[in-house]
Amino acid sequence: MNTIYVDNNATTRVAPEVVEEMLPYFSEYYGNPSSMHDFGGDVGSRISKARERVAALLGADPEEIVFTSCGTESDNTAILAALHSNPKKKHVVTTRVEHPAVKSLCEDLSKRGYRITFVPVDSKGRLDLDYLYKNLTDDTAIVSVMWANNESGVIFPIEEIAAAAKDREILFHTDAVQAVGKVSIDLKSVGVDMLSLSGHKLHGPKGIGALYVRKGTKYSPFLIGGHQEGGRRGGTENVSSIVGLGRAAEFVSERIDEENTRVKQMRDRLEEGLLSGVPYSSVNGDTDNRLPNTTSIGFDSVEGEAILLMMNQVGICASSGSACTSGSLEPSHVLRAMGVPFTSAHGSIRFSLSVYNTEEEVDFIVKELPPIIKRLREMSPFWKPSEKKGVG
Amino acid sequence: MWDYTDKVKEHFLNPRNVGVIEDADGIGEVGSLACGDALTLYFNVDDNETISDAKFQTFGCASAIASSSALTEMMKGLSLEEAGKITNDDIAQFLGGLPKEKMHCSVMGRDALEKAIAHYRGEAEKKVEGEIVCECFGVTNLEIERVVRDHHLTSIEDVTGYVKAGGGCENCHGKIQSIIDEATGKKTALKEKPAMTNLQKIRLVEETLDREVKPALQKDGGNIELIDVDGDRVMVSLRGSCATCQMSQVTLKNYVETKLRELVSPELVVEEVK
Repeated sequence: MNTIYVDNNATTRVAPEVVEEMLPYFSEYYGNPSSMHDFGGDVGSRISKARERVAALLGADPEEIVFTSCGTESDNTAILAALHSNPKKKHVVTTRVEHPAVKSLCEDLSKRGYRITFVPVDSKGRLDLDYLYKNLTDDTAIVSVMWANNESGVIFPIEEIAAAAKDREILFHTDAVQAVGKVSIDLKSVGVDMLSLSGHKLHGPKGIGALYVRKGTKYSPFLIGGHQEGGRRGGTENVSSIVGLGRAAEFVSERIDEENTRVKQMRDRLEEGLLSGVPYSSVNGDTDNRLPNTTSIGFDSVEGEAILLMMNQVGICASSGSACTSGSLEPSHVLRAMGVPFTSAHGSIRFSLSVYNTEEEVDFIVKELPPIIKRLREMSPFWKPSEKKGVG
Repeated sequence: MWDYTDKVKEHFLNPRNVGVIEDADGIGEVGSLACGDALTLYFNVDDNETISDAKFQTFGCASAIASSSALTEMMKGLSLEEAGKITNDDIAQFLGGLPKEKMHCSVMGRDALEKAIAHYRGEAEKKVEGEIVCECFGVTNLEIERVVRDHHLTSIEDVTGYVKAGGGCENCHGKIQSIIDEATGKKTALKEKPAMTNLQKIRLVEETLDREVKPALQKDGGNIELIDVDGDRVMVSLRGSCATCQMSQVTLKNYVETKLRELVSPELVVEEVK
């Protein structure tokens, strides 16, 4: 059975080109970049090259890039650094649909004396910008808004929000883990102070991330230790993964057009195929402002985990916004924040494609999924086709 | 990925007895769309009140479907009385076990069966008894007490796994914790006693030593003196024969400390000051 992987917002295949560049850094060039000898120093120059490649992807200067262990570390570092360097300010503005890396941290901060404003979204997953702006105060230390949502794929107006924060001299951070490599980002023209990205979401390895910190931004390290990363992050560098992230940055920047043409067309073909093949299904989120690779589709009257496991039987890998798959009992906080009705929230599936997907795979999903939904609906006490006209 | 047994997977992928029995003798409906799972159970009985057919419709995850399928297989051929004794643990066991977070799927099966039997017997639908503790999933204190007692649950997480209570907004976590505490006999005694000020505590320690402890020690030619009370640390000095007794540490912990914990506060620790 072939594996059809359409769960690229969860993680991606490490590109073979990336693996190839990483391999010598395990057993051949294993020196410590901090060492005085050339054997270690040469490794340091490879880190510099990787830094340049990541910077180029973002339109940043290499010295504005700090390598971290993951997206979560980048997010935590950004927000805690802002609070640490503005000790008098006790307010954070973020959104109700952030990834747990930001959401859980903010919930934790709210128990430690900070006031958190969670900006709501509308039924299409779009931010209530008026609400956000109204809540920017003199006490606000940082605004943290994701560039694109991992579940709905909805892209937020980061340029506009960053400018509004700058006007009020408030630091602005964006979790761009899902956006980097899928939408073009030029930090010379967007006034973001800090930006998080993650290696494994862009065909790099797991366990590596980066934080962009604009020159002149007040900063304090999260991991305190050695002088690595210019004193901004202690700990011996994860050399092979940094090299891999550098190569992955180049890999996605070369394919960003393909992502927005071929991948987007496949996504649209999948979406149209499923919407027309499955009655009582609908797209979650703003289809006009979305990542090119993502679609979240709600199927009425069926439960997501059951769909996922039946898809698993035919080799299709996707995710659900359903409660049952996450260990909690409520459907995903993103779908709930959007007010997606329970009838389809429990049965929402996220498909996220990559440059490695093919049209044949899309056609296979479009063929396989409708009978799965039909079968589960026939088991469901809520499926009353007689009440839903014209549906068998 | 959930850790399902092969039997759960098999019953999920090939569920038995899916469907509706028109004019069924007994029908039981539980759950709702909002809750994320629901089950409608149907059965027919023959002249001897033996279950001749059972069918189900389930909306829910793999383990909900598998639990429903298992239940219908288990109840067929049983007398109504025997079927009424099926517990959620029986359903879980039939499937080779369920993940803790998924136990509520088997509870849903048992509830549907209870309701279907009540329906058959023409018993009026039981009114919701007790008070709703978990607003999100409509779970009452009595239901929570029942699973805590029956399954010796000790954490809110466990309760959520069994009856879903506390799995939503989490506002009821305090109430669930006190139900668990009450059932396990923990802390409740403490709560009934109003908190003591330090002075009150010192006085009570002194009284207890004078009234309960000293007379007993004096019988053996010993004595005890209160030196200080710091929070929950009670510092004492042993006198007389106690001061030189090899067993004095045992006396201190097993007798003095036990008495003080019993009569003053269970948190107290007794220390000897020489």
